[in-house]
Amino acid sequence: MVELIIFVLMGAVALGGAVAVVKARNPVYGAMGLMAALFALAVFYVVHLAHFVAAVQVIVYAGAVITLFLFVIMFVGVDRAERLTEKLAVQRPAALAVLAGVLALAGVLVITGQFDWVITVGEGAEVRGTVEEIGANLISVEEGGVQRASRWLLPFEATSLLLIVAAVGAVSLAFYRPRRKEEPDDETAGADRPGRPS
Amino acid sequence: MIAAAIVTADWYMTLAAVLFLIGMAGLLLRNNALVMFMSVELMLNAVNLTFVAAARAHGDIGGQMAVLFVLVVAAAEVAVGLAIIVSIFRIRRTASVDDLSELSG
Repeated sequence: MVELIIFVLMGAVALGGAVAVVKARNPVYGAMGLMAALFALAVFYVVHLAHFVAAVQVIVYAGAVITLFLFVIMFVGVDRAERLTEKLAVQRPAALAVLAGVLALAGVLVITGQFDWVITVGEGAEVRGTVEEIGANLISVEEGGVQRASRWLLPFEATSLLLIVAAVGAVSLAFYRPRRKEEPDDETAGADRPGRPS
Repeated sequence: MIAAAIVTADWYMTLAAVLFLIGMAGLLLRNNALVMFMSVELMLNAVNLTFVAAARAHGDIGGQMAVLFVLVVAAAEVAVGLAIIVSIFRIRRTASVDDLSELSG
């Protein structure tokens, strides 16, 4: 019963936030809606006993990603009117057709009962995503008294490489300046141009 | 169904599917690169919800591990993607993807 109440409440928050992302004309409101949806999903993770994932969700998404989004929204400017007409005339009907098709497919799957792909196992097999459990699964697992590398060790190491590459890429993109030729008075010309930090 | 009051994994899957569809709608219908990016994040999170729900239903922690890796990839993607949006904005003064049509000849 408690889970039903949580599901209804947080599901409403998640759906409302998601709709706000798509519908809000001001991207700041969209970012706030996204944050609400992410918090609601973190509550769902707690319900699913995935406590570590829930904590990471709040810290990484609400703490880092949304903040980064807000900084970039402020930098790019929120007062710019977005033209909602497409340049390609076919894109909007095609997009609506794709969405309607996916929705119809999901509806058919639910109605015909092909939806129960999840085989619910018995009571005893409850997974608890605690820090110890997740950490042990990332590095090594004990099997019959012998420690061996877990199957998640290689992806775990690969993510460190990915993070280094992403950080270096983001920094080098931020420092990139297009080389301007035949502009000897670049200093004076660029001084009053907005958005070009010197 | 309501009287039973047991929230099964299917309910979470349905909610995640609806969230994924909303994110897909935002990606396909909006022109602002930032809003499209946020819609992609929404789609990633919808998939994360299915992973966690499946992890509980199957009694396998692999679903939660997959969510962690998706989170890392999403964070890296946001860092690089926003840097690209900012550097495009510096040159072109726009965040609308429709204005970036040099390659269309």
